[in-house]
Amino acid sequence: MTNGMMIEVSDLTKRYAGTTAVNGLSFTVGRGEIVGLLGRNGAGKTTTMRILSCFMPATSGSARVSGLDVFKDADEVRRRIGYMPENNPLHQDMRVREYLKFRARLKGLSRSRSRERVDRVVEQCGLGDVSKRIIGQLSKGYRQRVGLADALVHEPELIILDEPTIGLDPNQIRSVRQLIKELGNHHTVLISTHILPEVEMTCSRVLIMKGGKIVAADTPDNLQKGGQVVAEIAAPMKDLKEAMEDLSGVTHLSVAAAEGEYQRCTLTLADGLDLRPEIFKLVKERGWKLRELARVRPSLEDIYIRLTRPEGEEENS
Amino acid sequence: MQAYLTLTRRELGSFFVSWIGYVVIAGSIFLMGLSFVSLLETLQNEATPMPVAEIFLESYYFWLILLFSAPVITMRLFSLEKYSGTFETLMTTPVGDLEVVLAKFTAAMFFYAATWLPLLAFILLLRPFASNASMVDTGAIGSAFLGIFLIGTLYMAMGCFASSLTQSQIVAAMISFALGIGLFIVSYLSESLPLQKSWANDLLACASMKVHMQDFARGMVDTRYIVFYLSLSAFFLFLTYRVVESRRWK
Repeated sequence: MTNGMMIEVSDLTKRYAGTTAVNGLSFTVGRGEIVGLLGRNGAGKTTTMRILSCFMPATSGSARVSGLDVFKDADEVRRRIGYMPENNPLHQDMRVREYLKFRARLKGLSRSRSRERVDRVVEQCGLGDVSKRIIGQLSKGYRQRVGLADALVHEPELIILDEPTIGLDPNQIRSVRQLIKELGNHHTVLISTHILPEVEMTCSRVLIMKGGKIVAADTPDNLQKGGQVVAEIAAPMKDLKEAMEDLSGVTHLSVAAAEGEYQRCTLTLADGLDLRPEIFKLVKERGWKLRELARVRPSLEDIYIRLTRPEGEEENS
Repeated sequence: MQAYLTLTRRELGSFFVSWIGYVVIAGSIFLMGLSFVSLLETLQNEATPMPVAEIFLESYYFWLILLFSAPVITMRLFSLEKYSGTFETLMTTPVGDLEVVLAKFTAAMFFYAATWLPLLAFILLLRPFASNASMVDTGAIGSAFLGIFLIGTLYMAMGCFASSLTQSQIVAAMISFALGIGLFIVSYLSESLPLQKSWANDLLACASMKVHMQDFARGMVDTRYIVFYLSLSAFFLFLTYRVVESRRWK
Protein backbone atom coordinates (compact mmCIF):
# COMPACT_ATOMS: atom_id res chain seq x y z
CA MET A 1 0.00 0.00 0.00
CA THR A 2 0.97 3.60 -0.49
CA ASN A 3 2.48 4.88 2.71
CA GLY A 4 0.98 2.83 5.47
CA MET A 5 -1.76 5.36 6.19
CA MET A 6 -5.18 3.84 6.67
CA ILE A 7 -7.20 7.02 6.36
CA GLU A 8 -6.04 10.19 4.65
CA VAL A 9 -8.51 13.02 4.61
CA SER A 10 -7.54 16.33 3.11
CA ASP A 11 -9.53 19.52 2.88
CA LEU A 12 -12.83 17.67 3.06
CA THR A 13 -15.96 19.80 2.92
CA LYS A 14 -19.58 18.74 3.03
CA ARG A 15 -22.37 21.24 2.64
CA TYR A 16 -26.02 20.47 3.13
CA ALA A 17 -28.66 22.93 2.05
CA GLY A 18 -27.91 25.92 4.22
CA THR A 19 -25.29 24.45 6.55
CA THR A 20 -21.73 23.30 6.32
CA ALA A 21 -21.34 20.10 8.30
CA VAL A 22 -17.68 19.48 7.55
CA ASN A 23 -15.46 22.40 6.70
CA GLY A 24 -11.99 21.85 5.25
CA LEU A 25 -11.27 18.83 7.38
CA SER A 26 -7.85 17.18 7.19
CA PHE A 27 -6.42 14.33 9.22
CA THR A 28 -4.68 11.00 8.86
CA VAL A 29 -4.97 7.74 10.72
CA GLY A 30 -2.18 5.18 10.59
CA ARG A 31 -2.62 1.43 10.39
CA GLY A 32 -3.39 -0.31 13.67
CA GLU A 33 -4.38 2.85 15.50
CA ILE A 34 -7.50 3.17 17.60
CA VAL A 35 -8.62 6.72 17.07
CA GLY A 36 -11.40 8.49 18.93
CA LEU A 37 -13.36 11.20 17.20
CA LEU A 38 -14.77 13.64 19.73
CA GLY A 39 -16.98 16.65 19.40
CA ARG A 40 -20.30 18.12 20.35
CA ASN A 41 -23.49 17.09 18.63
CA GLY A 42 -23.43 18.61 15.17
CA ALA A 43 -19.65 18.96 15.03
CA GLY A 44 -19.58 16.84 11.89
CA LYS A 45 -18.53 13.45 13.28
CA THR A 46 -21.31 11.42 11.73
CA THR A 47 -20.99 13.23 8.41
CA THR A 48 -17.27 12.48 8.34
CA MET A 49 -17.93 8.83 9.04
CA ARG A 50 -20.64 8.64 6.41
CA ILE A 51 -18.29 10.06 3.82
CA LEU A 52 -15.52 7.65 4.79
CA SER A 53 -17.89 4.71 4.56
CA CYS A 54 -19.01 5.81 1.07
CA PHE A 55 -22.62 6.41 2.10
CA MET A 56 -22.49 9.87 0.57
CA PRO A 57 -19.87 11.90 -1.22
CA ALA A 58 -18.28 15.11 0.01
CA THR A 59 -18.87 18.46 -1.62
CA SER A 60 -15.15 18.94 -2.13
CA GLY A 61 -11.82 17.63 -0.92
CA SER A 62 -10.56 14.10 -0.93
CA ALA A 63 -10.68 11.11 1.36
CA ARG A 64 -8.66 7.95 0.93
CA VAL A 65 -8.95 4.68 2.74
CA SER A 66 -5.96 2.41 2.44
CA GLY A 67 -4.81 4.50 -0.51
CA LEU A 68 -8.13 4.16 -2.37
CA ASP A 69 -10.32 7.11 -3.12
CA VAL A 70 -13.72 6.80 -1.44
CA PHE A 71 -15.53 8.36 -4.42
CA LYS A 72 -13.83 6.57 -7.28
CA ASP A 73 -13.21 3.15 -5.75
CA ALA A 74 -16.29 3.10 -3.57
CA ASP A 75 -16.94 -0.63 -3.94
CA GLU A 76 -13.41 -1.61 -3.04
CA VAL A 77 -13.37 0.78 -0.10
CA ARG A 78 -16.68 -0.58 1.17
CA ARG A 79 -15.18 -4.06 1.09
CA ARG A 80 -12.40 -2.87 3.37
CA ILE A 81 -14.57 -1.02 5.85
CA GLY A 82 -16.79 -2.33 8.59
CA TYR A 83 -19.20 0.43 9.51
CA MET A 84 -21.65 0.56 12.36
CA PRO A 85 -23.89 3.63 12.08
CA GLU A 86 -25.27 5.62 14.97
CA ASN A 87 -28.13 3.83 16.78
CA ASN A 88 -27.01 0.57 15.23
CA PRO A 89 -29.88 -0.17 12.85
CA LEU A 90 -30.63 -3.87 12.38
CA HIS A 91 -33.30 -5.93 10.69
CA GLN A 92 -35.55 -6.59 13.65
CA ASP A 93 -37.30 -9.54 12.05
CA MET A 94 -34.24 -11.70 11.46
CA ARG A 95 -32.44 -14.13 13.70
CA VAL A 96 -28.92 -13.28 14.81
CA ARG A 97 -27.07 -15.92 12.85
CA GLU A 98 -29.34 -15.53 9.85
CA TYR A 99 -28.71 -11.77 9.83
CA LEU A 100 -24.95 -12.12 10.09
CA LYS A 101 -24.95 -14.66 7.31
CA PHE A 102 -27.08 -12.39 5.14
CA ARG A 103 -24.69 -9.52 5.75
CA ALA A 104 -21.64 -11.66 5.05
CA ARG A 105 -23.10 -12.80 1.73
CA LEU A 106 -24.08 -9.25 0.89
CA LYS A 107 -20.49 -8.19 1.46
CA GLY A 108 -19.37 -10.75 -1.09
CA LEU A 109 -18.09 -13.62 1.04
CA SER A 110 -18.43 -17.09 -0.42
CA ARG A 111 -20.86 -19.52 1.17
CA SER A 112 -18.26 -21.54 3.07
CA ARG A 113 -16.22 -18.50 4.01
CA SER A 114 -19.28 -16.70 5.35
CA ARG A 115 -20.19 -19.71 7.50
CA GLU A 116 -16.67 -19.75 8.88
CA ARG A 117 -16.62 -16.01 9.55
CA VAL A 118 -20.07 -15.96 11.14
CA ASP A 119 -18.98 -18.71 13.54
CA ARG A 120 -15.91 -16.69 14.36
CA VAL A 121 -17.65 -13.36 15.01
CA VAL A 122 -20.45 -15.00 16.98
CA GLU A 123 -17.80 -16.36 19.30
CA GLN A 124 -15.75 -13.18 19.28
CA CYS A 125 -18.71 -11.00 20.23
CA GLY A 126 -20.16 -13.43 22.74
CA LEU A 127 -23.34 -14.09 20.78
CA GLY A 128 -23.31 -17.88 21.12
CA ASP A 129 -26.26 -17.98 23.53
CA VAL A 130 -28.52 -15.79 21.39
CA SER A 131 -27.51 -16.84 17.88
CA LYS A 132 -30.95 -18.32 17.19
CA ARG A 133 -32.98 -15.52 18.77
CA ILE A 134 -34.84 -12.86 16.82
CA ILE A 135 -32.94 -9.58 16.88
CA GLY A 136 -36.02 -7.53 17.77
CA GLN A 137 -36.31 -9.41 21.05
CA LEU A 138 -32.71 -8.95 22.16
CA SER A 139 -31.54 -6.53 24.83
CA LYS A 140 -29.75 -3.41 23.75
CA GLY A 141 -26.36 -4.77 24.78
CA TYR A 142 -26.76 -7.85 22.64
CA ARG A 143 -28.00 -5.81 19.70
CA GLN A 144 -24.93 -3.64 19.96
CA ARG A 145 -22.80 -6.76 19.78
CA VAL A 146 -24.73 -7.95 16.74
CA GLY A 147 -23.94 -4.60 15.10
CA LEU A 148 -20.27 -5.02 15.97
CA ALA A 149 -20.29 -8.59 14.68
CA ASP A 150 -21.78 -7.30 11.43
CA ALA A 151 -19.04 -4.68 11.13
CA LEU A 152 -16.42 -7.40 11.65
CA VAL A 153 -17.83 -10.22 9.61
CA HIS A 154 -15.95 -9.53 6.38
CA GLU A 155 -12.62 -8.96 8.14
CA PRO A 156 -12.32 -5.29 7.24
CA GLU A 157 -9.05 -3.44 7.55
CA LEU A 158 -10.80 -0.43 8.97
CA ILE A 159 -13.66 -0.44 11.44
CA ILE A 160 -15.74 2.69 11.84
CA LEU A 161 -18.06 2.81 14.82
CA ASP A 162 -20.42 5.73 15.38
CA GLU A 163 -21.18 5.93 19.10
CA PRO A 164 -20.89 2.22 19.82
CA THR A 165 -21.65 2.45 23.53
CA ILE A 166 -24.56 4.88 23.51
CA GLY A 167 -27.44 3.78 25.71
CA LEU A 168 -25.70 0.82 27.29
CA ASP A 169 -25.44 0.10 31.01
CA PRO A 170 -21.98 0.31 32.62
CA ASN A 171 -21.37 -3.42 32.47
CA GLN A 172 -22.27 -3.57 28.82
CA ILE A 173 -20.12 -0.53 28.10
CA ARG A 174 -17.22 -2.28 29.74
CA SER A 175 -17.62 -5.41 27.64
CA VAL A 176 -18.04 -3.46 24.39
CA ARG A 177 -14.99 -1.40 25.28
CA GLN A 178 -13.00 -4.55 25.94
CA LEU A 179 -14.06 -5.86 22.56
CA ILE A 180 -12.97 -2.67 20.81
CA LYS A 181 -9.60 -2.87 22.53
CA GLU A 182 -9.13 -6.41 21.28
CA LEU A 183 -10.02 -5.29 17.77
CA GLY A 184 -7.16 -2.83 17.86
CA ASN A 185 -4.72 -5.73 17.64
CA HIS A 186 -5.73 -6.61 14.10
CA HIS A 187 -7.67 -3.68 12.73
CA THR A 188 -7.61 0.05 12.52
CA VAL A 189 -10.52 1.48 14.48
CA LEU A 190 -12.18 4.88 14.26
CA ILE A 191 -14.83 5.49 16.89
CA SER A 192 -16.88 8.52 17.70
CA THR A 193 -18.18 8.99 21.18
CA HIS A 194 -19.24 11.43 23.86
CA ILE A 195 -17.98 9.30 26.69
CA LEU A 196 -14.56 10.64 27.56
CA PRO A 197 -13.26 7.98 29.93
CA GLU A 198 -13.89 5.57 27.10
CA VAL A 199 -11.50 7.49 24.90
CA GLU A 200 -8.87 7.63 27.60
CA MET A 201 -9.10 3.89 28.07
CA THR A 202 -9.34 2.65 24.51
CA CYS A 203 -7.90 5.14 22.08
CA SER A 204 -4.31 5.61 21.13
CA ARG A 205 -5.11 8.99 19.60
CA VAL A 206 -7.85 11.55 19.84
CA LEU A 207 -9.25 13.91 17.21
CA ILE A 208 -11.42 16.67 18.59
CA MET A 209 -13.79 18.29 16.11
CA LYS A 210 -15.55 21.60 16.29
CA GLY A 211 -17.61 23.27 13.62
CA GLY A 212 -16.53 20.72 11.00
CA LYS A 213 -12.82 21.14 11.70
CA ILE A 214 -10.21 19.35 13.76
CA VAL A 215 -9.21 21.53 16.72
CA ALA A 216 -6.89 19.04 18.37
CA ALA A 217 -5.27 15.80 17.33
CA ASP A 218 -2.94 14.03 19.69
CA THR A 219 -2.58 11.15 22.11
CA PRO A 220 -4.64 11.51 25.27
CA ASP A 221 -1.40 11.77 27.26
CA ASN A 222 -0.03 14.59 25.17
CA LEU A 223 -3.29 16.46 25.33
CA GLN A 224 -3.18 16.25 29.07
CA LYS A 225 0.38 17.59 29.32
CA GLY A 226 1.11 20.67 31.32
CA GLY A 227 -1.37 21.25 34.04
CA GLN A 228 -0.58 22.30 37.55
CA VAL A 229 1.74 21.44 40.40
CA VAL A 230 0.50 21.89 43.94
CA ALA A 231 2.93 22.12 46.81
CA GLU A 232 2.38 22.79 50.51
CA ILE A 233 5.49 24.17 52.07
CA ALA A 234 6.23 25.62 55.51
CA ALA A 235 8.17 28.78 54.77
CA PRO A 236 7.85 32.53 55.12
CA MET A 237 5.36 33.77 52.56
CA LYS A 238 7.66 36.40 51.07
CA ASP A 239 10.70 34.15 50.58
CA LEU A 240 8.54 31.44 49.14
CA LYS A 241 6.93 33.71 46.61
CA GLU A 242 10.27 35.07 45.45
CA ALA A 243 11.78 31.62 45.13
CA MET A 244 8.79 30.38 43.18
CA GLU A 245 8.83 33.31 40.81
CA ASP A 246 12.44 32.50 39.97
CA LEU A 247 11.45 29.09 38.62
CA SER A 248 11.20 29.07 34.86
CA GLY A 249 8.21 27.78 32.96
CA VAL A 250 5.56 28.96 35.39
CA THR A 251 2.73 30.74 33.61
CA HIS A 252 0.65 31.45 36.67
CA LEU A 253 1.43 31.32 40.38
CA SER A 254 -0.73 31.64 43.44
CA VAL A 255 0.37 31.28 47.02
CA ALA A 256 -2.17 31.13 49.80
CA ALA A 257 -1.96 30.41 53.47
CA ALA A 258 -2.93 26.90 54.50
CA GLU A 259 -3.41 25.72 58.11
CA GLY A 260 -0.54 26.35 60.52
CA GLU A 261 2.75 27.49 59.14
CA TYR A 262 2.09 25.97 55.69
CA GLN A 263 1.52 27.88 52.49
CA ARG A 264 -0.26 26.33 49.59
CA CYS A 265 1.35 27.13 46.21
CA THR A 266 -0.41 26.40 42.97
CA LEU A 267 1.76 26.65 39.89
CA THR A 268 0.29 26.53 36.43
CA LEU A 269 2.95 25.25 34.07
CA ALA A 270 3.72 25.58 30.42
CA ASP A 271 3.00 22.54 28.22
CA GLY A 272 5.14 19.50 28.81
CA LEU A 273 6.80 20.72 31.98
CA ASP A 274 7.02 19.10 35.38
CA LEU A 275 8.67 21.24 38.07
CA ARG A 276 8.31 18.82 40.95
CA PRO A 277 12.06 17.93 41.16
CA GLU A 278 13.01 21.60 41.10
CA ILE A 279 10.59 22.42 43.87
CA PHE A 280 11.89 19.54 45.95
CA LYS A 281 15.49 20.74 45.42
CA LEU A 282 14.50 24.24 46.42
CA VAL A 283 12.87 23.06 49.64
CA LYS A 284 15.93 20.96 50.50
CA GLU A 285 18.37 23.81 49.88
CA ARG A 286 16.42 26.27 52.02
CA GLY A 287 15.68 23.75 54.72
CA TRP A 288 11.90 24.27 54.52
CA LYS A 289 9.35 21.64 55.35
CA LEU A 290 7.33 20.02 52.59
CA ARG A 291 4.13 18.08 53.24
CA GLU A 292 2.53 17.81 49.81
CA LEU A 293 3.87 17.85 46.31
CA ALA A 294 1.57 16.74 43.54
CA ARG A 295 0.94 17.19 39.88
CA VAL A 296 -2.63 17.81 38.85
CA ARG A 297 -3.29 16.76 35.28
CA PRO A 298 -6.19 18.34 33.47
CA SER A 299 -8.78 15.70 32.73
CA LEU A 300 -9.59 14.98 29.13
CA GLU A 301 -12.98 16.39 29.96
CA ASP A 302 -11.50 19.78 30.86
CA ILE A 303 -9.61 19.87 27.60
CA TYR A 304 -12.62 18.75 25.62
CA ILE A 305 -14.83 21.39 27.21
CA ARG A 306 -12.20 24.07 26.65
CA LEU A 307 -11.67 23.16 22.99
CA THR A 308 -15.25 22.67 21.97
CA ARG A 309 -16.77 25.61 23.81
CA PRO A 310 -18.58 27.85 21.32
CA GLU A 311 -16.94 31.20 20.83
CA GLY A 312 -18.08 33.91 23.19
CA GLU A 313 -19.32 31.52 25.83
CA GLU A 314 -17.66 32.13 29.17
CA GLU A 315 -16.09 29.45 31.26
CA ASN A 316 -18.39 29.02 34.19
CA SER A 317 -16.15 27.11 36.56
CA MET B 1 -24.98 -11.02 -8.77
CA GLN B 2 -24.42 -12.65 -5.41
CA ALA B 3 -25.53 -9.51 -3.63
CA TYR B 4 -28.63 -9.30 -5.85
CA LEU B 5 -29.65 -12.87 -5.08
CA THR B 6 -28.91 -12.53 -1.39
CA LEU B 7 -30.95 -9.37 -1.20
CA THR B 8 -33.85 -10.78 -3.20
CA ARG B 9 -34.00 -13.79 -0.91
CA ARG B 10 -33.95 -11.67 2.19
CA GLU B 11 -36.68 -9.35 0.84
CA LEU B 12 -38.87 -12.25 -0.19
CA GLY B 13 -38.29 -13.90 3.17
CA SER B 14 -39.33 -10.78 5.02
CA PHE B 15 -42.79 -10.94 3.39
CA PHE B 16 -43.32 -14.24 5.11
CA VAL B 17 -42.08 -13.27 8.56
CA SER B 18 -44.23 -10.17 8.82
CA TRP B 19 -47.99 -10.01 9.11
CA ILE B 20 -48.22 -7.93 5.94
CA GLY B 21 -47.47 -10.86 3.67
CA TYR B 22 -50.16 -13.03 5.21
CA VAL B 23 -52.72 -10.23 5.28
CA VAL B 24 -52.20 -9.63 1.57
CA ILE B 25 -52.46 -13.32 0.77
CA ALA B 26 -55.54 -13.76 2.96
CA GLY B 27 -57.22 -10.66 1.50
CA SER B 28 -56.48 -11.73 -2.06
CA ILE B 29 -57.75 -15.24 -1.51
CA PHE B 30 -60.91 -13.89 0.11
CA LEU B 31 -61.62 -11.63 -2.88
CA MET B 32 -60.74 -14.38 -5.33
CA GLY B 33 -63.14 -16.65 -3.49
CA LEU B 34 -65.91 -14.07 -3.81
CA SER B 35 -65.15 -13.66 -7.47
CA PHE B 36 -65.32 -17.42 -7.87
CA VAL B 37 -68.78 -17.42 -6.34
CA SER B 38 -69.97 -14.72 -8.69
CA LEU B 39 -68.32 -16.54 -11.58
CA LEU B 40 -70.25 -19.71 -10.75
CA GLU B 41 -73.47 -17.73 -10.53
CA THR B 42 -72.86 -16.22 -13.95
CA LEU B 43 -72.15 -19.62 -15.41
CA GLN B 44 -75.31 -21.07 -13.86
CA ASN B 45 -77.68 -18.40 -15.13
CA GLU B 46 -77.22 -18.44 -18.82
CA ALA B 47 -74.95 -19.82 -21.44
CA THR B 48 -72.14 -17.49 -22.30
CA PRO B 49 -69.59 -17.62 -25.08
CA MET B 50 -66.96 -15.93 -22.91
CA PRO B 51 -64.07 -18.01 -21.60
CA VAL B 52 -63.92 -18.13 -17.79
CA ALA B 53 -60.76 -16.08 -17.60
CA GLU B 54 -62.55 -13.25 -19.31
CA ILE B 55 -65.56 -13.50 -17.04
CA PHE B 56 -63.23 -13.24 -14.09
CA LEU B 57 -61.31 -10.27 -15.45
CA GLU B 58 -64.56 -8.55 -16.43
CA SER B 59 -65.55 -8.45 -12.77
CA TYR B 60 -64.20 -5.77 -10.50
CA TYR B 61 -62.62 -8.21 -8.11
CA PHE B 62 -59.48 -8.39 -10.18
CA TRP B 63 -58.99 -4.63 -10.06
CA LEU B 64 -59.86 -4.50 -6.40
CA ILE B 65 -57.17 -7.05 -5.60
CA LEU B 66 -54.62 -5.34 -7.80
CA LEU B 67 -55.26 -1.82 -6.59
CA PHE B 68 -55.19 -2.73 -2.91
CA SER B 69 -52.51 -5.39 -2.80
CA ALA B 70 -49.90 -3.56 -4.87
CA PRO B 71 -49.41 -0.64 -2.45
CA VAL B 72 -49.39 -2.95 0.56
CA ILE B 73 -46.85 -5.30 -0.99
CA THR B 74 -44.48 -2.53 -2.00
CA MET B 75 -44.91 0.08 0.74
CA ARG B 76 -42.20 -1.16 3.07
CA LEU B 77 -39.52 -1.98 0.47
CA PHE B 78 -37.53 1.21 0.84
CA SER B 79 -39.42 3.29 3.40
CA LEU B 80 -38.98 0.82 6.23
CA GLU B 81 -35.24 0.63 5.60
CA LYS B 82 -35.02 4.38 5.53
CA TYR B 83 -37.08 4.69 8.68
CA SER B 84 -35.16 2.13 10.69
CA GLY B 85 -31.77 3.24 9.40
CA THR B 86 -30.86 -0.11 7.84
CA PHE B 87 -30.70 1.73 4.52
CA GLU B 88 -27.38 3.12 5.71
CA THR B 89 -25.95 -0.27 6.59
CA LEU B 90 -27.21 -1.61 3.27
CA MET B 91 -25.70 1.20 1.24
CA THR B 92 -22.30 0.90 2.90
CA THR B 93 -21.88 -2.67 1.70
CA PRO B 94 -20.38 -3.23 -1.75
CA VAL B 95 -23.79 -3.36 -3.42
CA GLY B 96 -24.76 -1.16 -6.35
CA ASP B 97 -27.82 1.09 -6.19
CA LEU B 98 -29.28 -0.63 -9.24
CA GLU B 99 -28.82 -4.05 -7.67
CA VAL B 100 -30.74 -2.90 -4.60
CA VAL B 101 -33.62 -1.53 -6.68
CA LEU B 102 -33.83 -4.62 -8.87
CA ALA B 103 -33.60 -7.02 -5.94
CA LYS B 104 -36.45 -5.32 -4.12
CA PHE B 105 -38.53 -5.21 -7.27
CA THR B 106 -37.87 -8.88 -8.02
CA ALA B 107 -38.85 -9.91 -4.52
CA ALA B 108 -42.09 -7.90 -4.79
CA MET B 109 -42.81 -9.51 -8.17
CA PHE B 110 -42.31 -13.01 -6.79
CA PHE B 111 -44.62 -12.28 -3.92
CA TYR B 112 -47.21 -10.72 -6.20
CA ALA B 113 -47.09 -13.76 -8.48
CA ALA B 114 -47.49 -16.00 -5.44
CA THR B 115 -50.65 -14.20 -4.33
CA TRP B 116 -52.25 -14.99 -7.70
CA LEU B 117 -51.48 -18.70 -7.65
CA PRO B 118 -54.72 -19.67 -5.89
CA LEU B 119 -56.61 -18.31 -8.90
CA LEU B 120 -55.07 -21.08 -10.96
CA ALA B 121 -56.58 -23.62 -8.58
CA PHE B 122 -60.04 -22.09 -9.07
CA ILE B 123 -59.76 -22.31 -12.81
CA LEU B 124 -58.48 -25.87 -12.77
CA LEU B 125 -61.36 -26.73 -10.47
CA LEU B 126 -63.80 -25.58 -13.11
CA ARG B 127 -62.27 -27.59 -15.89
CA PRO B 128 -63.93 -30.98 -15.23
CA PHE B 129 -67.33 -29.29 -15.18
CA ALA B 130 -66.95 -27.28 -18.34
CA SER B 131 -69.36 -28.38 -21.06
CA ASN B 132 -67.13 -26.95 -23.70
CA ALA B 133 -63.32 -27.35 -23.58
CA SER B 134 -62.74 -23.93 -25.11
CA MET B 135 -64.32 -22.39 -21.99
CA VAL B 136 -61.24 -23.33 -20.01
CA ASP B 137 -58.71 -22.96 -22.74
CA THR B 138 -55.12 -23.35 -21.59
CA GLY B 139 -53.85 -20.74 -24.00
CA ALA B 140 -56.37 -18.14 -22.86
CA ILE B 141 -55.62 -18.87 -19.22
CA GLY B 142 -51.92 -18.59 -19.96
CA SER B 143 -52.33 -15.24 -21.63
CA ALA B 144 -54.63 -14.03 -18.83
CA PHE B 145 -51.90 -14.87 -16.35
CA LEU B 146 -49.37 -13.14 -18.55
CA GLY B 147 -51.60 -10.07 -18.41
CA ILE B 148 -51.88 -10.29 -14.64
CA PHE B 149 -48.12 -10.60 -14.44
CA LEU B 150 -47.44 -7.69 -16.78
CA ILE B 151 -49.86 -5.36 -15.08
CA GLY B 152 -48.27 -6.42 -11.79
CA THR B 153 -44.84 -5.47 -13.11
CA LEU B 154 -46.06 -1.95 -13.66
CA TYR B 155 -47.81 -1.71 -10.29
CA MET B 156 -44.83 -3.14 -8.41
CA ALA B 157 -42.52 -0.68 -10.17
CA MET B 158 -44.82 2.20 -9.23
CA GLY B 159 -44.91 0.90 -5.66
CA CYS B 160 -41.10 0.73 -5.51
CA PHE B 161 -40.94 4.30 -6.71
CA ALA B 162 -43.50 5.50 -4.14
CA SER B 163 -41.69 3.65 -1.36
CA SER B 164 -38.32 5.11 -2.27
CA LEU B 165 -39.70 8.64 -1.89
CA THR B 166 -40.51 8.57 1.79
CA GLN B 167 -39.67 7.18 5.20
CA SER B 168 -43.28 6.53 6.05
CA GLN B 169 -44.91 3.33 4.90
CA ILE B 170 -48.36 4.92 5.02
CA VAL B 171 -47.30 7.78 2.79
CA ALA B 172 -45.67 5.31 0.42
CA ALA B 173 -48.85 3.25 0.27
CA MET B 174 -50.95 6.36 -0.36
CA ILE B 175 -48.71 7.56 -3.18
CA SER B 176 -48.67 4.21 -4.92
CA PHE B 177 -52.44 3.83 -4.42
CA ALA B 178 -52.99 7.26 -5.98
CA LEU B 179 -50.75 6.40 -8.93
CA GLY B 180 -52.48 3.06 -9.36
CA ILE B 181 -56.01 4.48 -9.20
CA GLY B 182 -55.00 7.29 -11.54
CA LEU B 183 -53.79 4.88 -14.16
CA PHE B 184 -56.87 2.71 -13.74
CA ILE B 185 -59.22 5.64 -14.20
CA VAL B 186 -57.65 6.35 -17.58
CA SER B 187 -59.51 3.26 -18.85
CA TYR B 188 -62.81 4.91 -17.99
CA LEU B 189 -61.80 8.27 -19.37
CA SER B 190 -61.25 6.75 -22.79
CA GLU B 191 -64.63 5.05 -22.57
CA SER B 192 -66.55 8.13 -21.50
CA LEU B 193 -64.98 10.51 -23.98
CA PRO B 194 -67.00 11.30 -27.12
CA LEU B 195 -66.22 9.02 -29.97
CA GLN B 196 -64.63 11.56 -32.22
CA LYS B 197 -61.19 10.88 -33.46
CA SER B 198 -58.49 12.87 -31.74
CA TRP B 199 -54.96 12.14 -30.72
CA ALA B 200 -55.87 12.49 -27.05
CA ASN B 201 -58.56 9.90 -27.43
CA ASP B 202 -56.17 7.56 -29.21
CA LEU B 203 -53.59 7.98 -26.50
CA LEU B 204 -56.10 7.26 -23.75
CA ALA B 205 -57.36 4.24 -25.61
CA CYS B 206 -53.82 2.89 -25.81
CA ALA B 207 -53.43 3.27 -22.07
CA SER B 208 -56.72 1.59 -21.23
CA MET B 209 -55.76 -1.27 -18.98
CA LYS B 210 -59.32 -2.61 -19.07
CA VAL B 211 -59.06 -3.16 -22.79
CA HIS B 212 -55.64 -4.71 -22.39
CA MET B 213 -56.87 -7.17 -19.83
CA GLN B 214 -59.92 -8.06 -21.90
CA ASP B 215 -57.68 -8.95 -24.81
CA PHE B 216 -55.31 -10.93 -22.64
CA ALA B 217 -58.22 -12.86 -21.21
CA ARG B 218 -59.42 -13.72 -24.69
CA GLY B 219 -56.03 -15.18 -25.42
CA MET B 220 -54.77 -12.28 -27.47
CA VAL B 221 -51.20 -11.33 -26.71
CA ASP B 222 -50.63 -7.99 -28.35
CA THR B 223 -46.98 -6.91 -28.41
CA ARG B 224 -48.08 -3.30 -28.03
CA TYR B 225 -49.42 -4.13 -24.58
CA ILE B 226 -46.26 -5.95 -23.61
CA VAL B 227 -44.19 -2.98 -24.69
CA PHE B 228 -46.57 -0.64 -22.83
CA TYR B 229 -46.19 -2.45 -19.51
CA LEU B 230 -42.51 -3.27 -19.74
CA SER B 231 -41.45 0.20 -20.81
CA LEU B 232 -43.55 1.92 -18.16
CA SER B 233 -42.19 -0.46 -15.52
CA ALA B 234 -38.65 0.23 -16.67
CA PHE B 235 -39.42 3.94 -16.47
CA PHE B 236 -40.63 3.72 -12.87
CA LEU B 237 -37.69 1.52 -11.88
CA PHE B 238 -35.37 4.06 -13.44
CA LEU B 239 -37.04 6.80 -11.38
CA THR B 240 -36.61 4.66 -8.28
CA TYR B 241 -32.96 4.19 -9.10
CA ARG B 242 -32.52 7.94 -9.45
CA VAL B 243 -34.24 8.55 -6.12
CA VAL B 244 -31.99 6.01 -4.39
CA GLU B 245 -29.01 7.61 -6.04
CA SER B 246 -30.16 11.12 -5.14
CA ARG B 247 -28.69 10.91 -1.63
CA ARG B 248 -25.38 11.52 -3.39
CA TRP B 249 -26.46 14.84 -4.83
CA LYS B 250 -27.83 16.36 -1.67
